[in-house]
Amino acid sequence: MMRLPWFEYRAPETLAEAAQILAGEGANAALIAGGTDLLPNMKRRQMAPRVLVSVRQIPELRRNGSVLGAGVTLTEIVHKPALPLGLRQAAAQVATVHLRNMGTIGGNLCLDTRCNYYNQNYEWRKAIDFCLKKDGDICWVATASKRCVAMSSTDCAPALLALGARVRLVSATGEREIALEDLYNNDGIDYLRRRPDEILTELSVPSAPSNYWKLRRRGAFDFPVLGVAAALIDGSARLALGAVASRPFLVDRANDFLRGKALSDEVIEEAGRLAASRAKPMDNADLDLYWRKDVSAAFVGYALRELRGDDMRETRRRITRYQPA
Amino acid sequence: MKVIGKPRRRVDGRAKVTGLTRFADDVVLPRMLHMKMLRSPHPHALIESIDVSRAAAYAGVHLVLTGKDFPASFGILPITQDEYPLAPEHVRYIGDPVAAVVARDEQTACEALELIEVRYQPLDTISSPEEALAKPEPRLHAYSERGNIHRLQAFQFGDADAAIAQSDYVFEDLFFYEGNTHLPIEQHACVAALDADGKLTLWSSTQVPHYVHRALARVLQMPASQIRVIATPNGGGFGGKCDVCNHEMVAGKAAMMLGRPVKICLTREEVFYMHRGRHPVLMKFRTGVSKDGKLTGMHLQTLVDGGAYGSYGVASTFYTGALQTVTYELPRYQFEAARVFTNKPPCGPKRGHGTPQPRFGQEIQLDKIAERLGKDPAELRLGMLVKPNSLTANWLKIGSIGLEQCIRTVVERSDWKQRFRKMGPGRGLGLACGSYLCGAGLPIYWNKMPQSGVQMLLDRSGQITVFCGATEIGQGSDDVLAAIVAEVLGVDPQEVRCITGDTGITPVDLGSYSSRVTVMMGNAAIHAAEKLKAMLAEAAAEELEVVPDRLQFANGHVSFDARSLTFAEAVVLAEVKFGTLGAVGSYSPPRAPGRYKGAGVGPSPAYSYSACVVEAEVDAATGWIRIPKIWIAHDIGRTINPVLARGQVEGSVYMGLSEALMEEQVFRRLPAKLSRALVHKFPSLLEYKSITSLDMPEVDTVLIEDPDPNCPFGAKEVGQGPLLPVMPAVANAIYDAVGVRIDELPITPDKVMRALELKAAGKPARVGPEHFPAVPYPAPIVVPPPWEGGDGKEAKRDDAAAVV
Repeated sequence: MMRLPWFEYRAPETLAEAAQILAGEGANAALIAGGTDLLPNMKRRQMAPRVLVSVRQIPELRRNGSVLGAGVTLTEIVHKPALPLGLRQAAAQVATVHLRNMGTIGGNLCLDTRCNYYNQNYEWRKAIDFCLKKDGDICWVATASKRCVAMSSTDCAPALLALGARVRLVSATGEREIALEDLYNNDGIDYLRRRPDEILTELSVPSAPSNYWKLRRRGAFDFPVLGVAAALIDGSARLALGAVASRPFLVDRANDFLRGKALSDEVIEEAGRLAASRAKPMDNADLDLYWRKDVSAAFVGYALRELRGDDMRETRRRITRYQPA
Repeated sequence: MKVIGKPRRRVDGRAKVTGLTRFADDVVLPRMLHMKMLRSPHPHALIESIDVSRAAAYAGVHLVLTGKDFPASFGILPITQDEYPLAPEHVRYIGDPVAAVVARDEQTACEALELIEVRYQPLDTISSPEEALAKPEPRLHAYSERGNIHRLQAFQFGDADAAIAQSDYVFEDLFFYEGNTHLPIEQHACVAALDADGKLTLWSSTQVPHYVHRALARVLQMPASQIRVIATPNGGGFGGKCDVCNHEMVAGKAAMMLGRPVKICLTREEVFYMHRGRHPVLMKFRTGVSKDGKLTGMHLQTLVDGGAYGSYGVASTFYTGALQTVTYELPRYQFEAARVFTNKPPCGPKRGHGTPQPRFGQEIQLDKIAERLGKDPAELRLGMLVKPNSLTANWLKIGSIGLEQCIRTVVERSDWKQRFRKMGPGRGLGLACGSYLCGAGLPIYWNKMPQSGVQMLLDRSGQITVFCGATEIGQGSDDVLAAIVAEVLGVDPQEVRCITGDTGITPVDLGSYSSRVTVMMGNAAIHAAEKLKAMLAEAAAEELEVVPDRLQFANGHVSFDARSLTFAEAVVLAEVKFGTLGAVGSYSPPRAPGRYKGAGVGPSPAYSYSACVVEAEVDAATGWIRIPKIWIAHDIGRTINPVLARGQVEGSVYMGLSEALMEEQVFRRLPAKLSRALVHKFPSLLEYKSITSLDMPEVDTVLIEDPDPNCPFGAKEVGQGPLLPVMPAVANAIYDAVGVRIDELPITPDKVMRALELKAAGKPARVGPEHFPAVPYPAPIVVPPPWEGGDGKEAKRDDAAAVV
């Protein structure tokens, strides 16, 4: 089997202690909660942090009330009816049941960006002389690009963006609460605005009618190649997209258009067109990238039609093989 | 019959579900060391130097081996001994092993690999068949037929071109079948160790312990009698463990040198590099059809991407044309094939071995023919079926053929007549058929010995032990062996102890490939069991004072009317009468009628047949494909254990559907000015897409029993045949649903969308290959078909078996 590199394991029991360790270790340390993203990446030597700081024992991250601790598992989210539907649908479609039992909401929000030139083992990456994201200096997806175009692959972030969630970041020197939108950079390498000494501790999630549509090849396992989240905020539909850029994002142009409008077929079609124009899939994930772009308007349509109350169960069954509980 | 045909728990079922089955990675021996192999990061290069000094000096490292430790080459076919355990000077694909480290544990071995310094001189890479045809240099193998063309084959069974030219209709279609890999859940693993008297034992997850045995003797240059190969139960094989593997040779050598056990377990990436999977094949079918819906002739050309080594490739290439004649009457047939070398992991046999690709093309073309002729595709096929007990144009002997019943069954159960072409937009049905061998007629290396041997031992406790070289790869061969012996001797299969796949103590069986085990091992087992039965009957008859022939062997008793002995009592009497009880049995397939060079590929003791109807839903807005249901009927001859047989059919449907919709072993070539890399696109179970249980439709399975006289109790194969009709039936169903032809695999939603856009633009609604390159096929071997006065020979010389 592939083996992990050596690392030091720390398991602080308080937030303050964890923050202290991060303050001392800086970029040499990585936080670990469920480990479902981090450990495979370490086995492939995409990263080899000297210290792993477990957050599993920190009480603040386990809060599961009106604020949501970052260490709450995806399975717990799926089974918490008080949470908005869009978030639960997103969590329910992450990976597989086993990985959802381990993986956490904080981990999913901080998920490393993905690219099929990067999510390969060391020997494979050596064969291509590495890439911009790790150990190399060329982006093989877009050879002229100065920027890494690895793709944001979190399902939960678009759902939370549409809802207007906020997150809390804590460090040894202080704490801040920011809009989730501000957690992300559109850069495959520097994709988070979380500083290395900060811990994402909790989320506040407004409640609203919402949904999430995931495009993936199979009914399980797969990361999204398109995520469309829709929420009804103050009477207006709001859209966020995932897996079509290095960050999940609110689709401003479509959202401006949607503001104050009833979701007629014409409005939905125009919103789909506007949102799809912002989808920039790259040839670094599953399925044909032009096709992925072509179907993004259809997926936006599904999300908005479901938001206005259409019965979309048959489409869900046929195209996403996912039936919300 | 008391056992055959009754649904039973498989004899090894308990061990599987309780976790007691000992797979290769479960073999742990005292003082065992661990091995890892260093693999080439270049798709094509010469090795200038290897410096292992730092790795050898690393703490915990016991041995470092390189190509210079292995002077002898190996290969599964005698005519392509083109691989070395570790490449001595020339690496031909990313993943070709160049060095190995044996260390105290796997982690240490991995760390030491990084200390080996290899200097390579990169060579240009050959990435595709087109490139291989155009560029004879740099040449991958000096022994190839010409340049980078590994092998060329051409046969003419009657003047097909003339027959096609005179036909009422001529159909010419190109098809492409992408390569894909086996995906056994168990990765390859082996342990090599010396026993107390210095002989070598290798436990390996292999389908072919006998061939591994031979290759080890050759590579290690030691007598085969000093080597024992034990095939551990495989966690799936599907053809991926049919080849002789580098790591088996290297582990054997290391154990010999160190005198300590050595284990290696491949990672999933390494299994993708080991490969030996489905060859990518480009095909051109030219077929003549008469107005009344009969085939007049077919001219098939194939171009086969072999990857970097020979493997089974010469046989695979023959198989891209050998079985086009066994389903529908074809009076004249011309077949030309070429296999090329490319700098990719070697292709080989995967479930269906070389035949699913042309079957895909043939069955789609038949769908097109039916539509043009205005005939129902099922009726068209029913009107041209091969007759039982007949010869084909290429001199294959057909025995039983249950295809008519298979077609009628799936047509009826799917309500085909009411629904085909009538389901409305976005929904459709597709039909296709297939056929497969029940074991290849000839062994891989030429010999006249049996292809399967069985030895049996009875002792006075009534214990029955059966020894056979056949290999349990999950398909249920131990269960088949126990069932057949139990049926003959009238006992419960759970009473039979099977000892299999061990070259040290079991008679030779060639291995679990080509769907040969039930027929060949089964016939050998009947042969042995009948001998023992006769001895038991003779002894029991004396005791019971009846004629031996009148005795019944059933339910653990030997009896005539009320007079009865337990099986164990009968054994005691026989042991008194005859001494220690044992018997051997063996099986050789009947000699095939074809006598031309190349006639060795295609003959089989029997052929299984399948028919399949697939229902498809296609979303017009996205091209998304959903398969709600599949009906399949398989002519199995006779079912030994319906639980396992249905499992094999459903497993075949699963694998076929996965190949139809998503599986592809594909490669990326990076821009030449930046890198020479030709890399596997995604050597991982996450990104190499195969369908999951959630994507699996309901499967309606019917087993059709048309017993074949060459087979044990009439039982034919079921492990591979049911895969064949699935892929073309999916393509035909998609056509019925949305009126577009996808003439290549996999059929993905983007291809459907592209075809729908073409259709909307008024262009031919088809996505598939547009061009078949010029291939320098040789002049064909001309063999008149049986009905044109032939005798199975080519005019020139009789060399039928020399090739495979």
